[in-house]
Amino acid sequence: MRKRLQDAGLQLAVSAAAVLLALVAGAVFIVALGKNPFSVYALLVSGSLGDNYGFGQVVYKSTSLVFVGVAVAMSFRAGLFNIGAEGQIYLGAFAAAWVGLQWPEDTTFGGLWVVCCLAGFAGGAVAAAVPAVLKATRGTHEVIVTIMMNFIVIAGVHWMLNRIPNLKEPETVHTWELAKTAHLRSYGDVFKGSAANTSVWIALAAAAAAAYLLWRTRTGYEMRAAGLAPRAAEAGGVRMRWTMCLTLLLSGGLAGLGGVNFVLGNKHYFEQEFSAGVGFMGIAVALLGRSHPIAVVPAALLFATLSEGAVAIGRQVPNEIIDILQAIVILFLLVGARLLDRAVAAWQKARLAHA
Amino acid sequence: MLEAIFAFGMLTATIRLSIPYILAALGGASSERAGVVNIALEGILVTGAFTAAAVTYATGSPWIGLFCAVPAGIAVAALHALATVTFRADQIISGLAVNLFALGATKFGAKLIWGKPHSENITKLPTVWKLDHEAGGAATLAHTVLAEPMVLLAAALIVAVWLLHGRTVLGLRLQAVGENAHAVDTLGLSVPRLRWTGVLASGALASLGGAWLAFDVTQFSNGMSAGKGYIAMAAVVFGKWRPLGATLACLLFGASEALQQRLQVANVKVSSELIGTLPYVLTIVALVGLVGRARPPAALGVPYEKSSA
Repeated sequence: MRKRLQDAGLQLAVSAAAVLLALVAGAVFIVALGKNPFSVYALLVSGSLGDNYGFGQVVYKSTSLVFVGVAVAMSFRAGLFNIGAEGQIYLGAFAAAWVGLQWPEDTTFGGLWVVCCLAGFAGGAVAAAVPAVLKATRGTHEVIVTIMMNFIVIAGVHWMLNRIPNLKEPETVHTWELAKTAHLRSYGDVFKGSAANTSVWIALAAAAAAAYLLWRTRTGYEMRAAGLAPRAAEAGGVRMRWTMCLTLLLSGGLAGLGGVNFVLGNKHYFEQEFSAGVGFMGIAVALLGRSHPIAVVPAALLFATLSEGAVAIGRQVPNEIIDILQAIVILFLLVGARLLDRAVAAWQKARLAHA
Repeated sequence: MLEAIFAFGMLTATIRLSIPYILAALGGASSERAGVVNIALEGILVTGAFTAAAVTYATGSPWIGLFCAVPAGIAVAALHALATVTFRADQIISGLAVNLFALGATKFGAKLIWGKPHSENITKLPTVWKLDHEAGGAATLAHTVLAEPMVLLAAALIVAVWLLHGRTVLGLRLQAVGENAHAVDTLGLSVPRLRWTGVLASGALASLGGAWLAFDVTQFSNGMSAGKGYIAMAAVVFGKWRPLGATLACLLFGASEALQQRLQVANVKVSSELIGTLPYVLTIVALVGLVGRARPPAALGVPYEKSSA
């Protein structure tokens, strides 16, 4: 137990150091623009966590990030790279809206939101099905396939949105509004009109469920074994093809479920371009959370704060600086994790030499 | 007659659209042959496009723009090399992070310089001779192949990289370090130095592809690489890690993009959204059709730890 705590402490230290260093690097950019980094960062924090509305927006944005972050983290655990979360959340959101609109506007069916959630999950899994099946049957590397699927899925969704009759509200780029029973409770009353809603609990439940699956079930054991030592896992009886296929499908499903945050919780319709890069941010979140579904939650909060704060600092520096910061966090994390591994190995070697 | 024009036009478009793929894939082949997966091609392309556009805008000279795109691309590649070769970080994640960085930094730069998500129009590189407006399809094709400086440059680079890979000591060493880094190490050669060389070469080559992207449409726009770096990666695999094979694969992807544009203009009864996915679908098909026949460099993606021997 003590060892595990120590490990967790080290991991946390690396993550914190990476974030701090990234902020320092960001400060260099800000100084180069002739602005004061402290006042920009202060504005970033006050603009996001400073009031009820900002905090609610951070909760709302981190909800989507928890979904995609957990999805990507799960694929990492199995040694797979799901870079397709962007397309998966897109198709998930679309599926949730499309299925939900099969019920009339005045329906009293109380379970509609559940049906929509299931549709979101299924939509994400469908978007992940091509790389999943190709990986299992042909061994095709999932990285390029998932990236290509992002382009294909997004185009396919736009095609469906324009072709399926009575789906799109004319003169707009979104669908009709869903029936009341599909809406999730908004926390806009608590957080002054922000978009926070009950999906945040679904996201936290999904993170907990993913952690349970990974560490308390046989399937999860097989996933982790496949990621840690594929050949040993195969020799030990893990059905590699099935496990990789299932992992990608579940990962896609989780990302797709993230679509409900927008569709059921915020606007109550599907809208083109609603996700705006959230799938790619999920990769950063999963890395910062060291591929642990629970640790993904604080990582998502941090990135959501940056993303919401970016709106506030936009008047002082181009808010694209936040994209740069996020990339720098990942780079520092990667390098930091390697340095930590090496330091720990050297330390253990030194201790063995003493004993 | 009409068909002939269509064929000439199609060929011209294919060549123009293949250039960024080819230059990126030549870079990708150099990096991957040395054992480093280079997803960062996407970020290098967009950096090359941005730098070429920004410098051309500032100086008024497309030649200086082209010239400056190269060191910018090399700098982005150096980030990837530093993370993956020196610090032995995961090559795919490093590549993704570098891409996020490059996409973000170029967006940031575009906002600073032009205050909007795309540049002002920039001057093109001058062609060797001017094309007569009345010229037919064949003349346009000849003009593109023989008078566009960057097409000529790309053709020269295809030959140069092919010679480098197959006929030079450096090329063979790059290949060796991608197959068996340990053996290269025992010969007294520096594994990190060779791998850095491969990755930096990919930065130089792909940045030229990015510059062409901007020159061809006479402006930079945010995210204009649009997955072309990833498609070039697939072309490297499809071309079995050989420069000429990758070039052929890139011509195929260029042709699919040309076909897509033609179908969209021709108002065919297929949805424009779906036609737009043609290069992406083709990439997946190419990757799937290939498994079992292509053998990647043995040490591809494996960081080299000297002490682990």
